[in-house]
This record gives sequence, C-alpha cells and structure tokens, in this order.
Amino acid sequence: MATMVQTERVKVTVKDLKGKVDPDWCPGCGDFGVLAALKQAIVEAGLEPHKVLTISGIGCSSNLPGYLNTYGMHTLHGRALAVATGAQLANHDLKIVVTGGDGDGYGIGGNHFVHAMRRNVDLTYIVMNNQIYGLTTGQLSPTSIKGMNTKSTPFGSVENPINPIPLAIAAGASYVARGFTGQQRQLVELIKGGLQHRGFALIDTFSPCVTYNHDNTHEFFKQRTRKLEEMGHDPTDLHGALEKGWLWGEVIPIGLFWRRQDLPALDQLEPVLGEGGPLAHRPLGVASDIAQALIKELM
Amino acid sequence: MRRVDLTIGIGGAAGQGIATPGDILARIFVRRGLHVNAYNAYQSIIRGGHIFLTLRTSDQPVLSQGDKIDVLVPLNQDTMDRHLRLMRPGSAVLFNSDTIKPGVVADGVQLCPFSVKALAPAIRGDLVQNTIALAAILRMIKVEFKILEEILAIQFRRRGAAAVAENTGVARAGYDCAATHFTEFSFSLPDMGKRLAFFEGNQALAMGGAAAGVRFYCAYPMSPASGVLHWMSRHARQLGIMVRQVEDEIGVINMAIGAAHTGCRAMCATSGGGFALMTEALGAAAMMEIPVVCINVQRAGPATGVPTKTEQGDLWQVLGAGQGDYPRIIVAPTNIVDCFKLVPTLFNLVDKFQCPGIILSDLLLSEGRSSIDPAELDFKVPIDRGDVIGLNGDGPPVNGHFKRYLVTESGISPRALPGTPGFSHVVATDEHDEDGVLISDEFTDPHKRQAIHEKRMRKMDGVLPLLPSPELHGAAGAQVTLLGWGSTEGVIREAIQQLAEANVAANNLQIRWLVPLHAEAILSILSKCRKVIVVENNYSGQFARYLRSETGFAADGHIRKYDGEPFMPHHLVDGVNAILAGSTKLYVPVHEIQV
Repeated sequence: MATMVQTERVKVTVKDLKGKVDPDWCPGCGDFGVLAALKQAIVEAGLEPHKVLTISGIGCSSNLPGYLNTYGMHTLHGRALAVATGAQLANHDLKIVVTGGDGDGYGIGGNHFVHAMRRNVDLTYIVMNNQIYGLTTGQLSPTSIKGMNTKSTPFGSVENPINPIPLAIAAGASYVARGFTGQQRQLVELIKGGLQHRGFALIDTFSPCVTYNHDNTHEFFKQRTRKLEEMGHDPTDLHGALEKGWLWGEVIPIGLFWRRQDLPALDQLEPVLGEGGPLAHRPLGVASDIAQALIKELM
Repeated sequence: MRRVDLTIGIGGAAGQGIATPGDILARIFVRRGLHVNAYNAYQSIIRGGHIFLTLRTSDQPVLSQGDKIDVLVPLNQDTMDRHLRLMRPGSAVLFNSDTIKPGVVADGVQLCPFSVKALAPAIRGDLVQNTIALAAILRMIKVEFKILEEILAIQFRRRGAAAVAENTGVARAGYDCAATHFTEFSFSLPDMGKRLAFFEGNQALAMGGAAAGVRFYCAYPMSPASGVLHWMSRHARQLGIMVRQVEDEIGVINMAIGAAHTGCRAMCATSGGGFALMTEALGAAAMMEIPVVCINVQRAGPATGVPTKTEQGDLWQVLGAGQGDYPRIIVAPTNIVDCFKLVPTLFNLVDKFQCPGIILSDLLLSEGRSSIDPAELDFKVPIDRGDVIGLNGDGPPVNGHFKRYLVTESGISPRALPGTPGFSHVVATDEHDEDGVLISDEFTDPHKRQAIHEKRMRKMDGVLPLLPSPELHGAAGAQVTLLGWGSTEGVIREAIQQLAEANVAANNLQIRWLVPLHAEAILSILSKCRKVIVVENNYSGQFARYLRSETGFAADGHIRKYDGEPFMPHHLVDGVNAILAGSTKLYVPVHEIQV
C-alpha cells in the first residue's frame, strides 16, 4: 500500500485531477479558469489528491468539487466555511480547499466568513467572484456594483457593494489575494501560495459571468486590472494593503495584498491537537482512571 | 415505606447565594447514601427576581420535587410572602428576623427566627444568613456538627484558613441557636452505607458523549443547554475533545457535520431557537449520509419564550425539522441515567445508519439534579462505528470504482473517510447518483432520484428492530394508564404511588424512542388498557397528536401543563380524579405559586 501511494505521489498530473464528470458551466464562464488553475496549483504544490478535501456551498461555482478528483463535499448554501472549519480541526492532516461564489461566501455565508478569518483556520478559500447570482438566473449579489441593473434591481441598485479585500484583512485573514481568470499564471501562483500558507488564505477571484453580468466582463477586467507586484506593493505592509484593496475604478489591483506568517493557525493553537495525531483517527473510549475521576467529581 | 421524606426550599433573589447551601445539603445527603432530587426555579436575570431551589431527600428513590415543603428558608421578604401560605403543619420556616417578617401562618408551622446581628455581630455580608440557616437545619435533622465543619472546610478552602474559621464560627452559632430555640424533627437521617453521585441531566448528556467517544463538540450558548458546553469545555483537555464555541447555531451544526465527515464522533446541543437554525443542515447530514448527534434541550416557546422555564413543546419541531423527507432517529431520555446511557446507544445507531440523531431533553431533565448509584455510570460502552473505510487513515485495496451511495437492500452504503487512498468521492446536499455525481441540475433522472431516495429512507426500516419496545410499568389491567414521554416519567410514577394510596390503580407507559416509533407495540399495549390519559408539558398535546397520526389511537383524557413549571405529583392526581369523575377530558393545572 505504502509503495503504491509513493508511486501515485510522484505521478500526480493535472489529468489525474479530472473529476467524474465535466463542468456544466456556460461556455466562456470564468470558473473554467479557476478549476484549471486550482488543478495546476495542487500539482505544483505537490499535494496528494486523496489528502485534499474540497468543500463548497451552493451556486454555479460551488459545483466545482464534482469536477475535481479529490475528496469533496458539496454542502449547503453559505455553509462551506463552517463545515470546513469542523473538518480541518477534526483532521488537520488534510489540506482543505473551500470554493464558492460571492453570494455564497459574502452574502448568506457572511457570518462564517468573518469568523473563519478571525480564527485563522488553516483553509484555502477561493471565491469565484462574478458580482451576480448566476444559478438563480441573475439577481444582485453583495459584490454587485452600485447602479447595476439585475432582475432584482431593474432600476439599478442603490446599495454599496462589499469589498472583500479590506474586510478580510480587518477580520484577521493571514493571506489575502485577488486573482483574475484572465491572468492564469498569476492565479496559479496565488492559489499555490494559499495552499502553502499555514492559516486562512482568501483568493478572491474575478471570474466573469458571461450570461448575467454584462457590466463586469472579461474585457472590463482585462482593461483595468494591474498586478500588485508591478505596482511595487509589499504584502507585509498593512497600510499599503488596505489602500490598494480600496482601489476600484480605472485601476483594479490583483495579486497578493497581505500576508503575515507570524500568526499560528487555529489548529496549531489548540492544545487538544498537541499530540496524538488527527482527532478523526484517535481511538474512542475513556480510560478507566479518567472515568473514575469524572465520577468522583459527582460524589 | 419511606423512613425519611424531607423537602427543603431555599428562596431569594438571584445573587443571594442560594446554590451554595443547596450544594452543601445535597452533598451531605448523598454521602449518606440518601436519594436526592433538586429543581431550581429561576429567571433570566443575573441579580434580582425570585429563585427557588427545591431539594428533596429520602431513603427511597426520589422521583420528583414532590408536593410539599418541610423546611422553608426565605432569604428575603419576597420569598416569605410568596411561600409562607403554602406551608403545612409540621413544617418549619427559618429566617433572619433582622430583615424578614413572617405573615399569617397555619397552625402547626414552626417559625424559627434568628438574628444575624445577634449571632454574628462582627461579620458583614448577605451570605451569613445562609450559613446560619444551613447549620440550623442540620441541627434540626440531627446531623452532627463535625460533618458540616468538614464540608465548610472543603467549600471555603480556596478562600483561605481565615474564611474557613469565620464560616465555621458562624455555622456553630446557628447550630447552637437551633439546639436552644427550635424544635427538632422527629426523624433522624439514616446512613445507607453507600455514597451516591449527584448530578444534572446536562452533565449526564455530556458524560454520555464522552463515553460514546465524542471527539468534537461545539455549541452556541443557549439556556438551558449551556450546561453541556460547560462540562465539555472543562473536561476538553483531560479527555482529548475538541470543544468550540461557534458564531451561531447554523455554524454549530455545520461544523459538527464537517468534523463528523472526517470520522470524528461529533455532537452539539442547543434549545429550540437554536435548533430551528440547525434544521436545514440536519437534512444536509441525512442527504450526505453523515452521522451527527444534536441535543435539543426544550424550553418554553415559541420564539425567545421563557428561557428559564421548562416545556415539551418542540416535538413537532424535531419531527418536521427541515425540508423534505429524510431519515432521522429521535429519542427522549426519561431520567438522568437515561441521559447518560442513551448517548452512546444513539451514536452507534447513527454511525450504523449514517444519519442524524436528535436527543430531545428539556429544562426539567437537563438542569434538574438527581442522585444516582455511581455504578450506573459505566464508561465501558459498546462502540459500533458501522461500515467505515479508513478510520485509521488507511483503507483496504481499492476494488474497482468506489460508490459512496451504493444502492443496497438495507439502504446502508459503505462510507470512506477523506484521506483514504483510492476512495475519493464527493458527498453532496444536492440529489446525487450512487457515485456522488449530482443528478439535481443537469439531466435530472426520475428513476435515479427515486432509487436513491428510497435507498436513504429504507435505512429506517433497519432501525426499529434494534430499539427496545416500550413496556408497561405497573400492574396490567389498572383502572388508568398514564401515557407520557421523556422527562415526565418520574412525576408520573410518583403520582401513581399517590393514586394507589387513594385506591386508584394506575400504571404508566413511558415513551423514549420517538422516531422510529414502535407504533404496533404501543397500540397493542394501549388497546388492552382501560382508560388512557396522555400527560405532557405542552399546550396542544403534541405527543397525543403524533400518536394518533402514527397509530390512529385517540386517548381518553389529557393532562397538560404549559405555565413554564414542571408537573408536581398532585397536579396529575387531581387530573386523573377529574377525568375519572367525568368532569373533563382535558385537565390543565397551573402552578400554585409564582416562581
């Protein structure tokens, strides 16, 4: 068995990561690019597919685990991060990738998003941000720009969108990046960096919706995105990260905004995980001396 | 016959230190092997209000808080005013006469005033009256002073020798005051020769979880379920249990599901409001076929309701929790030992059948305390994880294409844990095929949907034969059968004893396993009963309606209480008498006192 695993490890290719079925996304959807980049990043990071657990919520992009040959969980709308937190703490030998959309993560899942970041759970969270609800056929999302016409805002939205980058930095995420499916090589690097980071990594990714979002198109981002490394940004500079994160308009920065490596991940801080390996593999039962002590407390 | 049946009521405002004398008395009683039942009536307030602890002890098992108070300790005027009128001949009332005045009192009630100023002139603080009253009670029931002295030494150890000496001095003064001025009770406390344990239902549920091998516990604070979280947190490191306080109950159940999916036994607890938030994810656990246990400690609803009061009002909530049909196992423990023992049993079932399990407790059971024989707390319980591949991080050689949701006759499919080489698959909350591929979105397939839905639901057929059938308690052919579920077992059985003394023969059928329900066995028992009265702590007769929907059986009468307080035995006795007399089919008592 051991040698078989060894062999498998050496040979992992992007092909091996192909799931049981092909994606049913619309032709031209940005999510194809995210899936390709994720596979490439897993290969380059040298991860064994059976040790990767990909967890998603609900939405077009949340169908991703089914297209990837790792372990996967396709959970409820907005709940992927909560499920992932439980899974990571229960088996910290797994590399847990969370995927989903902007509605799933920043809307219905907003509470878990903030708390997973403040806990600095060791997760790689890729948000395919298309600024629209696609699977429900085109309503406003938390990242839809002000003034946007959608099925639920036919006269234009009056609300301000969420900006996930400064939010994530403020909430305590220790790796905060933004990618664009039009910049594949950079996206692979950003995801790989997230996989290799110990702590909560957010990779917010512009993944344009070709069907329902006619404002923030591939062309829109191609014209405006600028790589942070070309802007001379230092990802350890907090103020710079927040400042760049705020930018939205003619220049929209993409790349690694913020990374801190001095912050232990939650599982590293939890004394129960100190020794004995992953909880999931520990034997059950209470030793008789401990059982006696527990009963004695009641006497 | 009972040699001793003593009930002590201690009341005051929140913050007046009612718990400590209660704990000391309980400890003294259980160390002598006496049985104890304690119920604390309280409100959602940190300071003020009216808290009333009822502590009952006997040489025989104590099934409920009983009907009477033998010793009343009002720590403020309010408690005196509320409770004095209910005191009966032979009882005693101990109070600080510096601040509290008695009102009109029945003949034969012994007023026992003491002056804190006179007995402990040098000592300040509101808690002095508690210690004096405690010592005086012990003198009146002929407990030697040295026993109190020992316990005070333990109780105040952390505060130093001076505190121990001070409290012992105050206690001595109270003890001597009682010897001189108060009439002692006719009985003495026997020593039964075997110490008992004393704990609350929430502790029992938590310890049951530990015995079952729970490795992941998470919760959001909510009365009256927080006791489980507190016990788990205190013992987390000792037992190697990951305990997390989560941002909300939606997060709680989903986190537990994530942990359970990797192979941990995972549990969480909440009350009805939190449970409402969890319902969608319980269906998700059933859909993904992940075993998880959730405890709902019911309190008086709806909405925020009465957070510190008891009710059995969530039965239909758990029966219908979440959208769609899905397999679930629901059990309502009937006493504190049951709380401990049912958790491992339920975990074995949910592991075997890969579905969620729900424990339906309530405030009375979870926060009520009871003495038990420590031998009942056997941590060496059978563990059955069911058909799981990769529990130790490895699996058998891969035999072809792994189908996580293989359609089988039993409905149970092999389960592989993430991390196991060769068994990669996706579990999904969307409807899926045998191999986990979604059939919900593209090319939905009615035949596949039907087959996989039937496979999941079929698992329930296997559960029922593994559950014990309910049994009639007491003589068959009795005049009346009291049918209850969950926490009402104790008070029903005590009411039956009282009815027997009045020559009314009654028996009890108490239902523990609610889903799946032994409908045929229950119907067979009930069809032989002469008159069936359903007893439950809710407004609409939730269990009576459930029973009717499952069996077609309609009960002859109903006793229901929904004022927030639990039944007292006389409520049931009065109800049975009223229903037998034909004056009503529905008897609804209300608590005689405001607590």
